[in-house]
Amino acid sequence: MEILSHLYLGFGIALTLTNLFYCLVGVVIGTTIGVLPGIGPAATIAMLLPTTFSLPPVTALIMLAGIYYGAMYGGSTTSILVNLPGEAASVVTCLDGYVMARQGRAGPALSIAALGSLFAGCIATAIIVLFGPPLAELALKFGSAEYFSLMVLGLVAAAVLASGSLLKAIAMILLGLLLGMVGTDVGTGVRRFCFEIPELSDGIGFVVIAMGMFGFAEIVSNLGLKEKRQVFTSKVGRLMPSRADLKASWRPVLRGTALGSALGILPGGGAVVSSFASYAVEKRIASDPSRFGKGAIEGVAGPEAANNAAAQTSFIPMLTLGIPANAVIALMLGALMIQGIAPGPRVMIERPELFWGLIASMWVGNLMLVVLNLPLIGIWIRLLTVPYRLLFPAILLFICIGAYSINNNPFDVAMAAGFGLLGYIFSRLACEPAPLLLGYILGPMMEENLRRAMQLSRGNPMVFLTRPISLAMLLTAAFLLLLIIIPAVRAKREETFRE
Amino acid sequence: MSEARMKIKIRGSKDFYAGLLFISFGGLATALSPSYPMGTGARMGPGYFPTVLGGILTLLGILISIRGLLRESSDPFGGLALRPLLSVLGSVLGFAFFVDRLGLVIAIIMLTAVSCLGGSEFRFREVVVFSLVLTVMVVVVFVYGLKLPFKVWPL
Repeated sequence: MEILSHLYLGFGIALTLTNLFYCLVGVVIGTTIGVLPGIGPAATIAMLLPTTFSLPPVTALIMLAGIYYGAMYGGSTTSILVNLPGEAASVVTCLDGYVMARQGRAGPALSIAALGSLFAGCIATAIIVLFGPPLAELALKFGSAEYFSLMVLGLVAAAVLASGSLLKAIAMILLGLLLGMVGTDVGTGVRRFCFEIPELSDGIGFVVIAMGMFGFAEIVSNLGLKEKRQVFTSKVGRLMPSRADLKASWRPVLRGTALGSALGILPGGGAVVSSFASYAVEKRIASDPSRFGKGAIEGVAGPEAANNAAAQTSFIPMLTLGIPANAVIALMLGALMIQGIAPGPRVMIERPELFWGLIASMWVGNLMLVVLNLPLIGIWIRLLTVPYRLLFPAILLFICIGAYSINNNPFDVAMAAGFGLLGYIFSRLACEPAPLLLGYILGPMMEENLRRAMQLSRGNPMVFLTRPISLAMLLTAAFLLLLIIIPAVRAKREETFRE
Repeated sequence: MSEARMKIKIRGSKDFYAGLLFISFGGLATALSPSYPMGTGARMGPGYFPTVLGGILTLLGILISIRGLLRESSDPFGGLALRPLLSVLGSVLGFAFFVDRLGLVIAIIMLTAVSCLGGSEFRFREVVVFSLVLTVMVVVVFVYGLKLPFKVWPL
């Protein structure tokens, strides 16, 4: 059994004292920012990226991943107790979770959310184990043409699955691709879009973009809203769900896990979409849909399982193909690139400890999270009493220090402020920043593969259509775009996002 | 302060302005790219891909802004929350400006004070205590703990 020996290797790495420690650090930070409204995993990971430069790659990855799925656990706590989503993927949990809390059933809601997430996390991690290696093997056969088409497909899917306007999402991707062109061109040494600024000749640091667009811009947006946060109950009461609760929940958890695992793999999918989709499914197949919104435990169990499953499986395209599925994963990919690891299918062969160590740490981390979130729930509730007016200056400061410490250059801090301005304006214009970041990460890779494919075909663009895998991917991309343009599907998509 | 007073009101729809923004970025890229070697299809120069991307972005921008003009009333821009924007970005730019010149301690106090102006309420004593606590914490953790090469004091 090859998998078993790989897993043995993985656990050997995940269970070292250092990695256990950073896994714990990651999930604690993840839960914290998940609980706190107004700061999400993307901003946090951007903020903490500079601190990971000195860690070994696998340790850095274990910690950053812990932040991401830890946030999925923490987010549900705030949704249930305060009726505010701690982070975006927990929006739907407010609908029934908060009502349950007001009915005095906060404990069962919290424990179903945590246990559902644990189950989903374990299954989804197993899915990575099963599907990761074959996918990477397939990807090893890819040439430049296939890679280019794969990235087109990934970006199209990201645009299609982004909430809001398709045209604007595509425009954001294109802008991201262009931002990725800034700096010295690898092939020719020509400096592009540098405006004679020496700091730009190495390109715009992606940490700077992420800090600006996810950190600063989010803070400005939050301050523009009125703060209203009231902890409904400081006493959670009995944690354990009743037998009836469990009976009502296990099917939604299974369905949520399946749905989340599938949607998580898709570029642009990830946690947010899958929690909405799971809620919609549960509501549709329920024998009495009117119970939803009035404290139906299925409405907590399904989406919470789905968002955690999706958070785990969204690592698949990154680990096997080197393509990020969403903005948070894009940040982790960036962290690997800074560590000098070229992402792609070769990683699994050349650096098996990276893949298997991360996988094993996910199981460990999910277990830690259940302990953190259920018995220690009181601590997190107390955290909610920290007012945002004290929280945001501290976040600002940490981002500034992080940005400065990349190159010990205040120019990076100022540039992050510039991207903060841009990000805030974009968010006021209902343009999501995530597609921009995906485009930015993929831009240089896309150009390189396009150039190489065209060079090999002697300038014949038909190469993308005559190679079967490439053709299949482009057709899928076209199909996705068509789906969106057909009005019937469009109406349904808007409906899902509204729910 | 009420939200209405904090914002500058701007007419027009979100799509219209988003489109304009995309047109300007796309236009900039298309204008600058031809100054880099274009190359041929088989040997693409550094100007090739950005020209194509810039062109498509400009086209999309035009489409989006036209759509914005068509549905101006249903998709109002609404404006920007000016006070948080200025205080947050101002405090960050101030940090960038002062950190190497006057040192970390002054930069942190300045950052907390200015950014707190953008919050919902400004309590003077709280801000003083809070900025001092943050300063001590950051200096201990980042300068003495992680040994980041910061200039701490003005001299």
